[in-house]
Amino acid sequence: MNWFDHWALPLAVFLPLLGFVAVMLWPKADETGTKAVALISTLITFGVGIALLFRFNYSSSALQFHVDKEWIPVINSRFHLGVDGIALPLLILSMFITILAIIYSWNHFPEPHNPKAFLGLILLLEVGMNGTFVAQDLILFFIFFEIVLLPMFFMIGVWGGPNRKYASIKFFLFTLFGSALMLIGFLALYWQFNTFDIPTLVAKHGVGLSHMAELLIFGGLALGFAIKVPMFPFHTWLPDAHTEAPTVGSVILAAVLLKLGTFGFIRIALPILPNAAKAYAPWIALLAVIGIIYGALCCLAQKDMKRLIAFSSVAHMGFVMLGIATLTVIGINAAIFGMVAHGLITGMLFFLAGSIAERYETRDMGRLGGVMKQAPHLGWILGFCAMASLGLPGLAGFWGEFPAILAAYDPMAGISQTAFRTFMVVAAVGTVLAAGYLLWMLQRVAFGNPKAEFEHAHIHDVHGPEWIAWVPLLALIVVFGVFPSLLFNISNPAVCSSTAGIAKAIEVPADAVPQCPSGAQEASAR
Amino acid sequence: MNPSVDLHALAPEIVLTVGLVVLLVADLLAPERQRWQTARLAPFVVLAALVPVLSLALSDQPTRVLFDGAFVIDNYALVFKGFFIVVAYLALLMSADYITEGDYYQGEYWFLLVAAVLGLVVMASARDLISVFVALELISLPTFVLAGWRKHDPKSNEAAMKYYLIGVMSSAVMLFGMSYIFGLSGTTMLSSIAEWMMRTPLSPLALVAVFLTLVGFAFKVSAVPFHFWAPDTYEGAPTPVTAFLSVASKAGGFVALLTIIYFGFFPASEVWQPVVWFLAAASMFVGNLTALRQTNVVRMLAYSSVAQGGFILAPLAIAAEGNASRSAFGAVVTYLLIYAVMNLGAFAVVMAVARRTGSGEISSYAGLGKTGSWLAIAMSLFLFSLAGIPPLAGWFAKFVVLRAVVEADTPWAYVLGVVVVINTVIAFVYYSAVARRMWFDEAPAAAETADGNGGVAVKTRPTLRTNTPPALAAVIGVCAIATVVFGVYPQAVAKLGDMAAQVVTRVL
Repeated sequence: MNWFDHWALPLAVFLPLLGFVAVMLWPKADETGTKAVALISTLITFGVGIALLFRFNYSSSALQFHVDKEWIPVINSRFHLGVDGIALPLLILSMFITILAIIYSWNHFPEPHNPKAFLGLILLLEVGMNGTFVAQDLILFFIFFEIVLLPMFFMIGVWGGPNRKYASIKFFLFTLFGSALMLIGFLALYWQFNTFDIPTLVAKHGVGLSHMAELLIFGGLALGFAIKVPMFPFHTWLPDAHTEAPTVGSVILAAVLLKLGTFGFIRIALPILPNAAKAYAPWIALLAVIGIIYGALCCLAQKDMKRLIAFSSVAHMGFVMLGIATLTVIGINAAIFGMVAHGLITGMLFFLAGSIAERYETRDMGRLGGVMKQAPHLGWILGFCAMASLGLPGLAGFWGEFPAILAAYDPMAGISQTAFRTFMVVAAVGTVLAAGYLLWMLQRVAFGNPKAEFEHAHIHDVHGPEWIAWVPLLALIVVFGVFPSLLFNISNPAVCSSTAGIAKAIEVPADAVPQCPSGAQEASAR
Repeated sequence: MNPSVDLHALAPEIVLTVGLVVLLVADLLAPERQRWQTARLAPFVVLAALVPVLSLALSDQPTRVLFDGAFVIDNYALVFKGFFIVVAYLALLMSADYITEGDYYQGEYWFLLVAAVLGLVVMASARDLISVFVALELISLPTFVLAGWRKHDPKSNEAAMKYYLIGVMSSAVMLFGMSYIFGLSGTTMLSSIAEWMMRTPLSPLALVAVFLTLVGFAFKVSAVPFHFWAPDTYEGAPTPVTAFLSVASKAGGFVALLTIIYFGFFPASEVWQPVVWFLAAASMFVGNLTALRQTNVVRMLAYSSVAQGGFILAPLAIAAEGNASRSAFGAVVTYLLIYAVMNLGAFAVVMAVARRTGSGEISSYAGLGKTGSWLAIAMSLFLFSLAGIPPLAGWFAKFVVLRAVVEADTPWAYVLGVVVVINTVIAFVYYSAVARRMWFDEAPAAAETADGNGGVAVKTRPTLRTNTPPALAAVIGVCAIATVVFGVYPQAVAKLGDMAAQVVTRVL
């Protein structure tokens, strides 16, 4: 099985590309064949992911399944892939969501149809998403980070709603601007350390940079990632993109693409520039809690169901960012859990919004109502997801929010406790608001009687492909809710060693450095 | 003085000169109906010149100095000789059907185009004010004529006239500056000029001389504020000539600029750096912002090429700062190579689309994604590459520019970096506007196709053809593949840039 360790990650990244080529070459007339090719290639990719799960050494915090090959020697950039406990859950999530997206679209491709192009774009998206999670070279990371832009641009622009052109270009310009600044940050790092290799840069912890330079570079990187997350006040592209995107586009956008930003913070910005991270932490946390409250308040003002879910993403990603900003083991673990949970739950909510909009041909919550009566399964699933999203204990959403709030009580030594405890209180208020808007949505959409215009409409309940696409998500929401350690055990060693590295770099007292299990410490010493 | 001349070093120029004569004679002797044969001959002449370039590159004596250093063969010269020949070959392929199908003179077209290539190939080796000037004129004069090739179209006449007047004026300004430099330093050899500048503090007259010389080149590379000729010339000239002008001839100007700045004026960096900085920033902003408002695709590409010129100038603006000299040189070379591929490709698609619709309006691209998907895919590749979106080649071009900027590490350099970033975002808007037309819009009803507002109304509607001729399709294919390959594996082109930049360490 040794060959597998060398080939697993390249396969995980480039199998979808192979699928893309196959889909492009497949005769256009044979739609079922095209769909089958796309589905099979994502299934094989997921197979690689499952094998990764089995071969992964869970007690180690080190990067595994290393691939390190020459790529662009002139600029000293290498084709370096590797996966650790931080990236693994997200990598699997990305593979998993892509399959569900293809299954869901099986027989409802949005106008103008063209399944060949649509599936091709989904596969290209997967290349970029998987690649970003495993890239260990800044330039490689940048390339994969950007690869997702064009497919999403076309997905929104071609298959989107009435305002698709505006939404697609806005989405692109925001991200492009951020990633260009991020690239300058990468170059500045290279100029100082003469390498783009992420593990090497992490090991240096920004030593040798002037404080000002570190702050500026971190600012560039953070802006690039924050736009992607999106953090308040850079979030304005998100509601438009989500509202106009086709259902599957929204699902992938919410479930995976947003995580590229938060992942960038955890993988690159914090460990490479720990001192700047410490300096910025209260400000990031401030923006995060503003995002929580602001997102929630915006939700309460929405008429459009999809737009409401989009703003709820802003709020949920606020919790993730709050967890990250604490720079603590528990906070970052919570952030990773929150990313996965948000991917599952909000992905599911967007599926539901899409299916409801398809049946009623409107997403206006003022016109919807009584889904429970007309399509009971659909209604109950919506209720379940609303509960999960508001953070009901026992479901996955809880483990993303609660530990993040808990972590804010006691951030990394050296960061203002007063500020973070204030943020903690505000974030806790945010959970109440979340319950408010989600239940309000549920009430307006699912409860009561159908409005007169739909009273006699025949509303189809959940059908085959929908069940296949949704049941795994629903099951995982419960499984992770009941056994959160399944996920925490994967991420903890890597998070612990990464956080210990940050703690040492910002010179906290020895007793404040997180104590990691033995395997993890070895790796951080290495 | 060594009386014996290294013929091997001159072989590319000799081959092209002989080829020029052959083309002329063939055109003269061939009967009227066989004249189209010269169209077949010209590409072979150009390709034949590639043979000595390769043999020089592979020879064990890569650096050769001729005529007391006025003519030099080194990596830099060889990279560009090869580059110019390949670009010229692609331009010839693009021209083939365009010229034979239209009502044009034929033999002379090929002769003039190859003559311009000769000028480009000489330019790559020129290391003396006089040889630089001669090469530049050898590039310009044939292209003045070529721009007016569609002689029944007033637009084309306007194009040639504007290009000619501006070209001659810029040459005069440049010569004026050069003459002062010669008067002050007593030499035309760039290396001696550099020594002189190092020895003596610059007099105000020398500052003026350097400034005027640069202004002359700014005209040639159509940098803002000396760019006004470009859009009109590009729009009026036959499209393959426009492609050649915007890629090869422009690159020739940049090579001249690189040569003069690095080999001659380098010690006077306090003069040329601010000038180039301003030209770069102005070209990016003005080019991009004006391109936003264009409705004609060729005019849009013209302004885009002004803006791209700004990106290419950006590393030169900080070339003498910090450790940036070498990476700035490499950045310019790499950018030119990548820019050529994507811009040629874009123009090739414009030609192919014009054959179908008879229009150069951006509105005529609506729905191309459905009616001609391969063309639309290729065009999208080129446009997004020009915009600098990974994983297409353009990202690496922008990347090397930013790298040079960061290595310079001065406040002005970082400001320029931010200007580059902002302009990348602006440029995306109009590049993607064409892509959005192609993919997001429905094809218009047939009647709407030809009425543009502000652009060329197609007066004599040419016969519309739906097929793309094989030569043109080959150019599109080659450029598309190169755009993707250079983007995914930039080492292929970065290596050439780096090789060329080796001369910097030798000179400075």
